Amino acid sequence: MQDLGINVIFEGSNLLRLLIGLWVTMRIAIVAIAISVVFGIAFGIVMTVKNTFVQIVARLYLEAVRIIPILVWLFLFYFGLTKVLHIHLGAEVVSVIVFSLWGIAEMGDIVRGAITSLPAHQRASGRALGLTDLQIYRYIIIPQAVRRLIPAAINLATRMIKTTSLVVLIGVVEVLKVGQQIIEVSILKTPSASFWVYACIFALYFIICYPISLWSKKLELKWQNQ
Amino acid sequence: MKKFLKTVSLILTLLFSLGVLAGCGSEPAKKSAIDQIKERGKLRVAVFSDKPPFGFVDANGKNQGYDVYLAKRLAKDLLGDENKVEFVLVEAASRIEVLEADKVDITLANFTVTPERKEKVDFANPYMKVALGIVSPEGAPITSVDQLKGKKLIVNKGTTAETYFTKNYPDVELLKYDQNTEAFQALKDGRGAALAHDNTLVFAWSRENKGYVTGITKLGELDAIAPAVKKGNTELRDWINTELTKLGEEKFFHKDFEETLKPAYGDSVNPEDVVVEGGAIK
Repeated sequence: MQDLGINVIFEGSNLLRLLIGLWVTMRIAIVAIAISVVFGIAFGIVMTVKNTFVQIVARLYLEAVRIIPILVWLFLFYFGLTKVLHIHLGAEVVSVIVFSLWGIAEMGDIVRGAITSLPAHQRASGRALGLTDLQIYRYIIIPQAVRRLIPAAINLATRMIKTTSLVVLIGVVEVLKVGQQIIEVSILKTPSASFWVYACIFALYFIICYPISLWSKKLELKWQNQ
Repeated sequence: MKKFLKTVSLILTLLFSLGVLAGCGSEPAKKSAIDQIKERGKLRVAVFSDKPPFGFVDANGKNQGYDVYLAKRLAKDLLGDENKVEFVLVEAASRIEVLEADKVDITLANFTVTPERKEKVDFANPYMKVALGIVSPEGAPITSVDQLKGKKLIVNKGTTAETYFTKNYPDVELLKYDQNTEAFQALKDGRGAALAHDNTLVFAWSRENKGYVTGITKLGELDAIAPAVKKGNTELRDWINTELTKLGEEKFFHKDFEETLKPAYGDSVNPEDVVVEGGAIK
């Protein structure tokens, strides 16, 4: 028996293709996560504003992103926009937009939760010291809120990285799709190909996501000891 | 990076204002479909990337397969160079969408002609045909459907094989599976006397698995596989049809078969059971 399945990964340029696929995954995820963090924090603060109109709009946006599956959003932006308005967006740009919209909504809600979970006396004490609203946010609310939202935010980031495998449905070839291409080509000759390719992809995802978890754990520990 | 973010934010702003403008979207000036392709200098074709031997990506990252072979030829005849083709990789579920949204010019992705699909896209003439095939152990070959009476036949749920036997041969007992791999494993385990599936698939399988033969190569209604274009793009469809007739004269698809399908099917398959020349199923 010479058909060692692991050889499939080193055949031709397969390993390079997997790595390029991983780079595509990372590119989409990193840009989307960066946008989500920046605008998500802003959106979260906006959500705490006590204005019925602002709250309704924010709520609508959040629920729309939550209720409608990511896949549908991808199709809407990639195919729908072109069909209705003849706007052509590249598949990767669409992926970044959709994942950012999702990230901003979820991140916003996490931020809102963290801010509102702070006891009201924190704000009141700040005011008693004569701080302005901006100073209260800068020195009291944000530093405490950030600590509370780290675990949830990290969870969101890793979820976003993994969910990028959906973008294949609008034609972006990322790491999982490359894996399937390799498996299908080799399956008749090396039936164990799927095991090895998926094992390889598992390792790649692990290498990406594990450091993020480690880093968040470190961050939490560090802040606990302060 | 800065520029990219700028573009993204610009697009986002644009999108929000779209709601207002949605009603005013107007068709761009109609230009001849073929002229548009020539102007672009690339023929955009939707192909599969994981369905060997029809459309797949080989170990070196190149598109290969029966459909890809045709796509390259179309590009050569339309634009003078077989490399002037841009492969857009699709999933089965998005084959219609890519045409409707004008992301590709032609879909060549093992696309079976069905009445439902005909409502949404325009099919050119066929270049391939599929029927059902029945594979059985070499020791107890099934060569006619009558032999199956009172025996168990393995099929996949939701396939043409299942519908065909339920409708036409109710006295054949069916063993139904969800996945291809499960169904073929069941045949190997001897759970049924034979297995029915698309003949192209059973050809490829029986070649790789010694001890099994495709006793029946053509059964049931023939399904046609054809190139598809966007609904209403008669100009491109007509061009493909003329092209298919021309290619038929030089037996192009037999050559295509030799190059792409034969390595997977072996000598056991008669090209006449699969290939359609000149766009007409005989």
